Amino acid sequence: MKMYVCIKQIPDPNTVVSKLDPNTRRLVCSGVSLVLDPGDEVTISAAIKLRDALGNSELTAVSMGPASAQEAMRRSLAMGVDRAILVTDPALAGSDALSTARVLAAVLKKEEADLIFCSTESTDGYTGMVPGGIAEFLGIPQLTFAREINIEGQKAIIKRVTQTGYQTVESPLPAVVTIASGSFEAIYPTMKGIMGAKKKPFSQLALSDLGIDASEVGEAGAHERIITIGKVEARAAGQVIKDEGNGASAIADFLQRYQLL
Amino acid sequence: MPNTIWVLVELENGKPARSSLEVLSKAAQLGRAEAIVLGSGAAEVAPTLGEYGAEKVYIHDDPTYDDYLTLPAVDTISELLKQHQPTLLLLATTYDLRDIAARLDVRHNMGLITDATDLQFDGDTVQVTVPWGGENVVTATFPKSGTGIVLTRPKAFSVERQEGKTADVETLNVAINAESQKIKILERIEVQSEGPALEDASVIVSGGRGLGKPENFHLVEDLAAALGGAAGATRAIVDAGWVPYSYQVGQTGKTVKPTLYFACGISGAIQHLAGMKGSKFIVAINRDEHAPIFSIADFGVIGDTLTILPQLTEEVKRRKAQ
Repeated sequence: MKMYVCIKQIPDPNTVVSKLDPNTRRLVCSGVSLVLDPGDEVTISAAIKLRDALGNSELTAVSMGPASAQEAMRRSLAMGVDRAILVTDPALAGSDALSTARVLAAVLKKEEADLIFCSTESTDGYTGMVPGGIAEFLGIPQLTFAREINIEGQKAIIKRVTQTGYQTVESPLPAVVTIASGSFEAIYPTMKGIMGAKKKPFSQLALSDLGIDASEVGEAGAHERIITIGKVEARAAGQVIKDEGNGASAIADFLQRYQLL
Repeated sequence: MPNTIWVLVELENGKPARSSLEVLSKAAQLGRAEAIVLGSGAAEVAPTLGEYGAEKVYIHDDPTYDDYLTLPAVDTISELLKQHQPTLLLLATTYDLRDIAARLDVRHNMGLITDATDLQFDGDTVQVTVPWGGENVVTATFPKSGTGIVLTRPKAFSVERQEGKTADVETLNVAINAESQKIKILERIEVQSEGPALEDASVIVSGGRGLGKPENFHLVEDLAAALGGAAGATRAIVDAGWVPYSYQVGQTGKTVKPTLYFACGISGAIQHLAGMKGSKFIVAINRDEHAPIFSIADFGVIGDTLTILPQLTEEVKRRKAQ
């Protein structure tokens, strides 16, 4: 089976406070630490496990981003992905979810993908709109919020997280499957994996390789525009005390004072 | 001409979902609100939506929408978009509506803004308020012509009801394509959790990395139980597999606005704060005095979460018994 996982490099959510550049109105990515989206690590891990369980399958990572995204892709190769494809082009800067889906779908169409994995949403943009967009461009179903995946012949059967429990959902392949965070254990790259990653196939594509016009993507193609950037009103801090054995009773006092008990 | 705003109203056990009614109420304040209801029970629900501000309701009362996800609804709304040009499609952020929005955006080359907490019109230009990254709030719009899609943050708007108001109902004459019956629901499982649901709880006790290991999460659940509340979690410990996704409070996960929110061993990453800072009272326990959570807490204790939590649970039980 030809399996794919769409991934993204983002500012490290554990160390970077995301900022918008007031001039470009884009996420500031220069001068900050960039990492493979931690959510994607889980998604990649789920895909690797499924590839190994199915046998006779190949897993390819696909990403759109600046040349620096190579590092995030190398990490996916070190984790166990077989090969990587990065679409990078200056015209892609400022792309919205629709443009991102357009570009990724163009790669996946060329590749004749059977099964495509995405995280439910990225940890920096949070829109969660790219996976469904890819599915629509390809004219295939999307199975979202998967916490368990089974492939039976040409069918995917997933357990899908819902507000109140889960659903068992079935669809024919090819399909896009999104992974609910926390549902699969992450694989960590081994030394052997990191060394081996350097020898794995890595290709880089430009927009012209995909037959996409620059006017359809990037800032030019974006359907949304930020008009103003403002500051949120800060919530005033209250009282903070050091626990000297009295922490619990001080909290209980606070609760009683405001009739919260 | 007033701006026309379409709202797709979801049904839960044959009743309109609260999240849909919140959005419909907001749409009615913005202009001419029109609702779309698809699935079993649509015909019964439709006339009542006038009370929540709908002037017109399009319905297709057909169980196919209940049994097959996403594609039939996308097809039907897509057909409707060919006949009418509303200014906006305004949707609650739910699991199913997100999937529908993503496909409609692509199919009709529309433009889509997510996580809106407010919106208003300046003439026929919509201005959408979106909190961004914890420190900023941006105003966004659709620079191109045509219908745009806005997904709204849960609980951003309140339900407004005017008893006795009615809506015109139009039954859609559409056939559901067999090709779109692909994502089939085989079974639905409701997982009963003890105590109130996270979204409805007036008290929430959440835990983060500071709990040290998954085995300590019960300390959070114990305090939640003692207070008659629900237990929640940060994305970090959900990602680490300590607790299921359904516990996650934050920008991804659930937005909550309880009366009382406990942040236990939570440093206060922006992604988490975005989901809970609307809480009326916030109490934080953290070892690190510089943790950002203290800057928004009404009451904070610098100390060991694992020591304080069990003491507090006992103290709460003791005082409640008095």
